[in-house]
Amino acid sequence: MTAADGGGLPRPVVAIAVFPGSNDDRDAAAALERVGADARRVWHYEDVLPAGTAAVVLPGGFSYGDYLRCGAIARFSPIMRAVSAFAAGGGLVIGICNGFQILTEARLLPGTLRPNRTLSFICRDVALRVERSDTPFTERCRTASALTIPVKHGEGAWFADAELLAELEDNRQVVLRYERGENPNGAVGDVAGLVSADGNVFGLMPHPEHAVDPLLGSTDGALILGSLVDAARLSAAAFV
Amino acid sequence: MRATVVVRPKSGILDPQGQAVESSLRHLGFAVGDARVGRVVDLDVTAVDAADARAQIERMCEQLLANPSIESYDIELREDA
Repeated sequence: MTAADGGGLPRPVVAIAVFPGSNDDRDAAAALERVGADARRVWHYEDVLPAGTAAVVLPGGFSYGDYLRCGAIARFSPIMRAVSAFAAGGGLVIGICNGFQILTEARLLPGTLRPNRTLSFICRDVALRVERSDTPFTERCRTASALTIPVKHGEGAWFADAELLAELEDNRQVVLRYERGENPNGAVGDVAGLVSADGNVFGLMPHPEHAVDPLLGSTDGALILGSLVDAARLSAAAFV
Repeated sequence: MRATVVVRPKSGILDPQGQAVESSLRHLGFAVGDARVGRVVDLDVTAVDAADARAQIERMCEQLLANPSIESYDIELREDA
């Protein structure tokens, strides 16, 4: 065990919902374990979260083959009722890529993920700017105003009309932006990740679980997942 | 009752698929503009009458078939043949 994984600190239970077509659930579990979580993969057909769940991850992938619209069908999975209830009670939820799409379809986050402006699938590292480090998902980023984390998506252009975008900016709900000139998909406001009005639900297109090992070029994703695990540990302690 | 639901991107919403289709048609020599790509869903619906069918399908559109923030929809109904 190393300092990076939380040493002897308690490991909060982080549930990872697995939908038919999810494909980043194992990477998410490995990355979360690495930063100190007790990661549990949960099949979408379950209608309750594991006992003691302190945070939920909706992973990347192509749930239900992206049929109809990305995330449109997964949002009706039994596990999503439990996730919605968990979020409504203030529980921490993070949706990565397809998970972000599911959260917008479930209306747990504002806006919509649309096909990339170029219509091509984009798979590369992107430079991100952390707009807020005072969220449960970015606390560890305070010393790093810039992050490098990969994206890999075909439908990642976050969209909101001007009125909604202005409202979200006023509420400081945009947490991550693509650096100027780095916007890979045409997202309005260069939005790469944002939180709900209550701040406990976070969605992002970049994949922090793919950036936790120097071998893969960046460990900046560990700052996001590590922040989540820190916050989950605090909330788990509060419930004991 | 048989229904056809057409879902299309709302006007003003950027439609990269429509742009790609338009560009391809232009390459083929067709003088076209403002191509938009939507989706068609045909389905049988059990309803007491047309008004009931339409009300049900509107709920389907709001809940699943369309994303009301970026898409509009049209419903066409006809009696089973």
